[in-house]
Amino acid sequence: MKTTPWLAVALIALLSQAAAANPPPSSPVKGAKVVKLCDNKTTVQVAADTPQTPEEGKKIADALMAQWQAKNPDNKWVAEEVEAHQVVPPEDNSKLIGTGQSSTYGAVSAQDVKVWNTETYKEAVYGSTVFHSGDQLGSEIAVSCDMCHPRAANTHPETYPKFQPTLGRVALLRDMINWCIEHPVRGKVLAPDDPKMRALESYILAQRKGVALDYGKR
Amino acid sequence: MNDKRIPHIKSVETRYFEERDALFRGLQRLDRRTFMKVSTGAAAAAVAAGVSYHAHTFLPINVASAAEGGGARQEFTFAYISDSHLYAKKTNERFVRQLLRAVDDVNALDPQPDFVLYGGDLAQLGRKEELDLGAQILKSLKAPVHMMVGEHDWFFDMGHRWNELFGPENYSFNHKGVHFVVLMSVHEKDFWTPRGLTPAERMHTVAGLDNAIQSAFEVGATERAWLKKDLEKVPTSTPIIVFSHSPLYKLYRPWNFWTDDAEDVQAILQRFEHVTVLHGHTHQVLTNRIGNIDFHGMLSTAWPWPYAPQGLPALTVQMNRPNPFDPNDGLGDGTATVHPDGLVDKLYSLWNRNPMAVKASYLRGSSQQDAPALPTLASY
Repeated sequence: MKTTPWLAVALIALLSQAAAANPPPSSPVKGAKVVKLCDNKTTVQVAADTPQTPEEGKKIADALMAQWQAKNPDNKWVAEEVEAHQVVPPEDNSKLIGTGQSSTYGAVSAQDVKVWNTETYKEAVYGSTVFHSGDQLGSEIAVSCDMCHPRAANTHPETYPKFQPTLGRVALLRDMINWCIEHPVRGKVLAPDDPKMRALESYILAQRKGVALDYGKR
Repeated sequence: MNDKRIPHIKSVETRYFEERDALFRGLQRLDRRTFMKVSTGAAAAAVAAGVSYHAHTFLPINVASAAEGGGARQEFTFAYISDSHLYAKKTNERFVRQLLRAVDDVNALDPQPDFVLYGGDLAQLGRKEELDLGAQILKSLKAPVHMMVGEHDWFFDMGHRWNELFGPENYSFNHKGVHFVVLMSVHEKDFWTPRGLTPAERMHTVAGLDNAIQSAFEVGATERAWLKKDLEKVPTSTPIIVFSHSPLYKLYRPWNFWTDDAEDVQAILQRFEHVTVLHGHTHQVLTNRIGNIDFHGMLSTAWPWPYAPQGLPALTVQMNRPNPFDPNDGLGDGTATVHPDGLVDKLYSLWNRNPMAVKASYLRGSSQQDAPALPTLASY
């Protein structure tokens, strides 16, 4: 897990050496190659005669990564949020590795499973940051969801949809989230596809992993 | 909304049963001779023995018990308000209004309670303006106030402002033959120095109930030594009532419904015949009994907590799951009635709902009839 990011960066860096033929915005040292990170912004210059070995590739990758981390001091937000609020991780699909067909050709790879897991978890963890922050929720009175729902307790997402007489219609989880944002939290309601709404739903559902669906339950 | 507190509107039936209870409780305290007089309808003699009559039902409702055991202890009541979590007024006026409502509740009690316990977490982030605002609001209580500290009052300046306003965080006093102890139970082992947190960051971490970075609550060795010394000369027959912000037992660690050295504190209290602990922090109806110690939670005026997913004491009858469409549901204040024998009946005066009484007779297993009503909607 820890070593993979630089490996991936090294690969991209090596591959992109060829693609870095276009002159970069800053004036390059004469005869040096410019290697670009996959963010298309971060660059390092490499002497033209640098041997194309894995060791040199790693050096380039490390240099790029160091620059990127300096530019993105919040890059450990997932680990930090998980340490504080212990978001339930998603289903581990590693038993599928080597079987079936993935989204690309061939069997499911460890890389596939890792991407599924990382991306899914990241959405729930982002939701946890919103859930725990009155500022992110736009609260006018410094109230956040966790004040009444520590670790999303008593949010019972498995009971939706259900008819809510106060709302005058069948409520989905997102309707209740918006009700809470509007009333106890006193913030601005979110559009159903707002990234924060999607993240909040992800977090709340993640915390109830394994609970049977029971729509309509009071 | 009708601001005349719901707990004071009692049905004829409720009043009848309360009067009946009071009568039988009173009769138990009479000697045989007085009992004969009462039972044969010698009203005058009964009045002379301290039995008064309710004008409406002509049932005796109050039997003076001061005479018992040479006039040692009488029944009395104190009220509580807890966990108001005030921000500055301009940040959040809702929590301010809710505390004002509780103050009105207590001021409307007739007769007035002997004193009011404030159960901790007066402030949300331990700031001076929050604590000052709380102190100012609590000044309007008619009855005297005993303050207890909570973690939200403490971890910004480590109790500095709170101590300035309210005095030491550990103290004891005697009232009508009962020994009261107010205990600071929310110390935490230093998690902030290694992480290089600022006071505001430290406070913010502790303020998140589900924040796993903080340490467990504990009374600590110094406070335990103080408690031991304080109780040294108190006879074992003296009823003890302890106020602590965290429950003095281990319920659920992830939310700090927990005191890490609870067993050590319980051991200090074990030699007394009757011990009752009233705690804040959990924002819910919560009941437990360990050995000779009865435990009661307190309601919050700010927001209710759900019940912990594990570790709920078997004696706890849950309050109804708060309805998110009903503002202030699951919140409130309440009273505790201390009987001459030192046992405590706890009343949770839930706003917008019927009050819940958790009686010593239920806790001690002597009366199944006194068990609180089960909730229609329990916690998930």
